[in-house]
Amino acid sequence: MPFISNTDRERQEMLKACGVAKFADLIKNIPQKFLDKAKFHLGKPLSELELIRALTDLTEDNVPTTEAISFLGGGIYDHFIPAAVNHIISRPEFLSAYTPYQAEVSQGTLQYIYEYQTMICELTGMEVSNAGMYDGASAAAEAVLMAVRKTKKFRALIPSTINPLYREVIKTYTSGIEVELVEIKQRNGTIDLEHLQSELNDDTACVLMQTPNFLGFLEDVFEIEKITHSAKKALLIPIVDPISLAVLNSPAEYQADIVVGEGQALGNAQSYGGPLFGFLATSEKLIRTMPGRLSGATLDVEGNIAYVLTMQAREQHIRREKATSNICSNDALCTLAATVYLCLMGSRGLKQVAEQSTAKAHYLAAKLSELPGYELYSTAPFFKEFTLKTPHPAEYICEALSEWDVYPGIPIQQFGYEDILLIAVTEKITKDDMDQLVDMLKSLDQAEEE
Amino acid sequence: MSKTIFEKNSPGRKGYTLPENDVDYKLNDCIPPKFQRNEIPRLPQVSELDVMRHFIELSHKNHFVEKGFYPLGSCTMKYNPKISDAMAGDIALRDIHPLQPENSVQGALQIQWELQRDLAEISGFASATLQPVAGAQGEFTGIKIIEAYHKAKGNNKKTIILPDSAHGTNPASAALCGYKIIEIASNDKGMVDLEALKEVVNEDTAGFMLTNPNTLGIFESQICQISEIIHAVDGLMYMDGANFNALMGLVKPGEMGFDVMHYNLHKSFSTPHGGGGPGSGAVGVRADLVKFLPYPMIAGNTDEGFFLDSSHKATSIGKVHSFYGNFMVNVRAWIYLKMLGNQGLKRVAENAVINANYLMRKLEKYYYVPYNESCMHEFVASGIWQKKENGVHTLDIAKRLLDKGYHAPTIYFPLIVPEAIMIEPTETESKETLDEFIQTMIDIAAEAKNNPQILHDAPLNTPIRRADDVRAVKQLNVKFDLCNMPLTCEE
Repeated sequence: MPFISNTDRERQEMLKACGVAKFADLIKNIPQKFLDKAKFHLGKPLSELELIRALTDLTEDNVPTTEAISFLGGGIYDHFIPAAVNHIISRPEFLSAYTPYQAEVSQGTLQYIYEYQTMICELTGMEVSNAGMYDGASAAAEAVLMAVRKTKKFRALIPSTINPLYREVIKTYTSGIEVELVEIKQRNGTIDLEHLQSELNDDTACVLMQTPNFLGFLEDVFEIEKITHSAKKALLIPIVDPISLAVLNSPAEYQADIVVGEGQALGNAQSYGGPLFGFLATSEKLIRTMPGRLSGATLDVEGNIAYVLTMQAREQHIRREKATSNICSNDALCTLAATVYLCLMGSRGLKQVAEQSTAKAHYLAAKLSELPGYELYSTAPFFKEFTLKTPHPAEYICEALSEWDVYPGIPIQQFGYEDILLIAVTEKITKDDMDQLVDMLKSLDQAEEE
Repeated sequence: MSKTIFEKNSPGRKGYTLPENDVDYKLNDCIPPKFQRNEIPRLPQVSELDVMRHFIELSHKNHFVEKGFYPLGSCTMKYNPKISDAMAGDIALRDIHPLQPENSVQGALQIQWELQRDLAEISGFASATLQPVAGAQGEFTGIKIIEAYHKAKGNNKKTIILPDSAHGTNPASAALCGYKIIEIASNDKGMVDLEALKEVVNEDTAGFMLTNPNTLGIFESQICQISEIIHAVDGLMYMDGANFNALMGLVKPGEMGFDVMHYNLHKSFSTPHGGGGPGSGAVGVRADLVKFLPYPMIAGNTDEGFFLDSSHKATSIGKVHSFYGNFMVNVRAWIYLKMLGNQGLKRVAENAVINANYLMRKLEKYYYVPYNESCMHEFVASGIWQKKENGVHTLDIAKRLLDKGYHAPTIYFPLIVPEAIMIEPTETESKETLDEFIQTMIDIAAEAKNNPQILHDAPLNTPIRRADDVRAVKQLNVKFDLCNMPLTCEE
């Protein structure tokens, strides 16, 4: 039997040592009728070689982005990952360890979390970062819950320029404790500031915003901050792309209270959408309401620096139903990938990734805007992603180009927007890739005419 | 003590290469100055070798399954086959975007469709969602489903009941759904006390959360009576599947009165725990609850293909994750089920149970075992003899185990056993490993008598000694002070 060491002979010896003759004697607590009833219908076990064949059979028709030209984004991005990242996260020392409950034999994990927290704080400009959440969506939901706990108010303003999948998850997470979610309209691709102002009142726990927003455009963060903080207690919760923070305002520059985002772009593969990881950073004064684990530096009995899980009195294993969150396992290994990635890239590398992605996105936007019928959805500034009005249904364009293994973007009408195309560009895209996309769209037009 | 990566910074050093920018745009052409940050973030400037040395140095300070025994109760630290990791690295799985056209990801969809089906099949449910990404998120999803069931029926129920031996995530997850929590004491056998249960069950009862086998490693033999009591008031039975390793291939929770269950795919179905995740908290439900599952589900068939199906969105509890869960963990579970089949699955449960009973019987003379009838995949001992007779605490025993090359068991949980030592050997460990561990535990019991100071001082030869947790809270230091990192970024 695979992966089990003991043989039948050894099992028998052990049963004898337990004072029983057969296995069934050990499980007498299980009512016999359930044992009799259970019938199982899995297939016959596969050997390792057969397994490889079976899986390869299934996956050989998948067309990964690495074998296509992909402009897919919408929260998950295909940035370049240096080889050293996968090497480190494949080490069993990190891969096969549990949550670092025994600090003395978990210093490797605890120290990298401390370094991760430091780098997230540096990118966001915030004072404290937790050890990570499941994904950007659940991090955003937990931030809303945190704001509710802090302000004891139950109204959250959620602009429609926020990733619609995040809005769905926020809805699921907040419905149990009856948080009122108020949708703020968009105008020309960014938050309608007048509508925001009009919905804000002293019962407001928080204002969420995403910048660059789901449509790719930059929100007017300074104006939004002014409006938000004009309410008595309301907290400002930006959702940000960590790569963008190499060049765009750090959320601390516009007085953010809680900062969250999807961390996948930092050294993690797209993995068909999971695992991902969410980051959550805030100010020291909000630390007691913060969800998730935290690694802190202290001293051991000999006075050496030691890292431990700290401020655990917030967490479910201590506080049970009064905990700040139910989270236990997060997506730790993905935060390790991000830590290694940020170390390798350093300040300049991350800035180059951000600059190249921006430059290329702007090149492509300009080229596409020259085509008849194609027009940028907004004149607002954007980072590495933008939305485009197209002369044909976006869905049709995507289907047509996927025949040539090109993924031109995400048709976002499926998420309740107009029929527009969301296009993401990373540093992995070459000028040639973009010129090919433009040519294909041209030929699509010609085919239409014929 | 290892320097932080920030202390290894050397201005100008770099650990990456990138192609030159091949388009003629500059940042200032694209982003108005108002939206550009004032100062570049200070990240370490180190070479690739610096980075490798740093993380390898850190890695040497961790205990992990391939290094040694990891009897952490309730966590199922089994050995996980390498083929799963190897296959999960395949670019046809790794480099796919969740919003790719469905016809370009048929393989990925079929894997998940089959896993939905197979998880439901082995646990006696109608269907299972793979969307929740951790056990706690599975619990939250399951309780939301219970809430949706009651809402749809017009039931106005306010409470979730659970035993005092429950994992902390259970009450936390139910509270997140807005439920009031009622905790009931366990009986003298470590099981649900039926009388105590009857006392609190009433029309307000939305559901009962039970880990089975429970956190003492005991199968709840009165499961039929429990589910009758709960179902009599139209409450639903929730199973925390953290301990499913003990039941796989033997019985089906769906046939034992449970209506909803979450699986910890990263525990029972072999994904290495990654230092705290990623996991997968799939949820199985009985037929009439399928319409409440998070959307989307994977639907389809091998002839016409597979697709993401949101047709039940109107009745669904909504979404709990941006996409369809932790795909890479789910792939590993699929591989594991394919390689085990019915017989293998059963063999896993049997060996897990035999290993745990063997340890319990060999150790019960040396450590108090409060509930010492046959256990399932784990058991809970107590350091109370050592505490009374030698002034040694469970914490000391745990720390001494670290000195001897083992990870400590789970300690001080469940809360109902004083000085608890919760031991889960898992099925993958061999008899020799268990025998060595037994001898070590016996040695430690002897040390407690003859040289208790060495236990108080332990661990002595780990990368650090005992750490000051109080100082960690009082003098909170949760990030490195980067003022100490010289940085001149511009060359």
